[in-house]
Amino acid sequence: MNKLSLFGLLGLVIRRDLLLAMRRRTDVLTTLVFFVMVVSLFPLGVGPEPDMLRKMAAGVLWVAALLASMLSLPRMFSADYLDGTLEQMMLAPQSLTMMVLGKIIAHWMLSGLPLVLIAPVLGLQFDMSAQALWVLMFALLLGTPVLSMIGAIGAALTLGLRGGGVLVSLLVLPLCIPVLIFGAGAVEAVNSGMDAISNLSLLGAFLLFALVFTPFVAAQALRISME
Amino acid sequence: MAINWFKYSAPTTFYGLAGKLIPFFAWPAAILFAVGLYIGFFVAPTDAVQSEAYRIMFIHVPASILSMFIYLIMAGYAALGLIFKTRLSSMMASALAPTGALFAFISLWTGALWGKPMWGAWWVWDARLTSELILLFLYLGFIALQASIEDPRRADRASALLAIVGSVNVPIIYYSVQWWNTLHQGSSIKFSGTSMHVAMQQSMFTVLVACWLYVIAVALARVRSIILERESNTQWVKELAEVKK
Repeated sequence: MNKLSLFGLLGLVIRRDLLLAMRRRTDVLTTLVFFVMVVSLFPLGVGPEPDMLRKMAAGVLWVAALLASMLSLPRMFSADYLDGTLEQMMLAPQSLTMMVLGKIIAHWMLSGLPLVLIAPVLGLQFDMSAQALWVLMFALLLGTPVLSMIGAIGAALTLGLRGGGVLVSLLVLPLCIPVLIFGAGAVEAVNSGMDAISNLSLLGAFLLFALVFTPFVAAQALRISME
Repeated sequence: MAINWFKYSAPTTFYGLAGKLIPFFAWPAAILFAVGLYIGFFVAPTDAVQSEAYRIMFIHVPASILSMFIYLIMAGYAALGLIFKTRLSSMMASALAPTGALFAFISLWTGALWGKPMWGAWWVWDARLTSELILLFLYLGFIALQASIEDPRRADRASALLAIVGSVNVPIIYYSVQWWNTLHQGSSIKFSGTSMHVAMQQSMFTVLVACWLYVIAVALARVRSIILERESNTQWVKELAEVKK
């Protein structure tokens, strides 16, 4: 048996998860449709005044992105848990942390990346300026992976529990507040004529911090849930 | 003589010790509450700016301080339980959680009661209020996770991990909320930093100590129930006098 490098392993897990997802495309689409729907409901709820919508846009998009990523979290490990793949992954000599990281990245590509790509279209509905749209997209690009990473811990802790879906939101949402604050803050800064760089830098810092710690913690959580 | 430092880390021995200790914390707590609140409500002078309504801070401030401290202590116990697999530490963590949530709630509630006459609003998106609310959410998440896992061992370890992640996140949340608050609007009303009257300090400090003792007494009482619940099928529990009758 030839030896599998860490990054080879990472690529393998990502490819596998993407392939599985492509066989059941509705799952991916549900998250996206949910995001679009939640965002579209806000103008119906608060009224169509462009001034107010422009002010709210960043917050609404971020909160919707947060909820959409919560929606897909329970699926991150559950299929593998049910068919026993997860158990095999734990028994494997390769690093579980790396495999979890692969699953997180795949989860983000399926639930976070589509949101990043569609956000500008929704931003136009809220009459956002071109510059604000760019910043929004960039902030989402930095922030949504963090949501997937923190979410992975919650998903791993609630694996196989009754009512895990609601519980995972309860656990993860408070921990995601900093991302929400700085993600929406970046757009806010642009709107009020300031530089968004400080907000974006902090988001980047969260991303790196989460990248280092969360796969390991999520792997520990999986071990706790599986024993 | 060799001292067995870990004698009381076994639930069996700690159960009896906790039962003996409770009165030593509960009675002083009750007395100090009475003394502290008496000083606060009758001895301390009326505040020049805030008139009588400021007196709610004699409950509000200790509750806020403790709600934050208890989270750290809870996370510490939870971490001990996770790392050294000591059952009692995990039990202590779950015994502390409801009290912490209670204090966070009292702090928000009394804050609202104070805010209405002072700020003219029950709720302001002030940095401290917001972080306290998030702290309450963190407590509720901990309690909910523990409640939804049936196997106590898994419940302990899973919630311990959550508490540790939470405590790493608490400073980040705190500072981001603070920054968010100053970015949006500086809160129009600041807590005055003026020096307090001696009687006010005495009252607040006394109530703080009383709350602290109360927390210990309640946590010990609750940990006793948890021990009984978890060890209900063991011989020593069946032989306890209070279980037999």
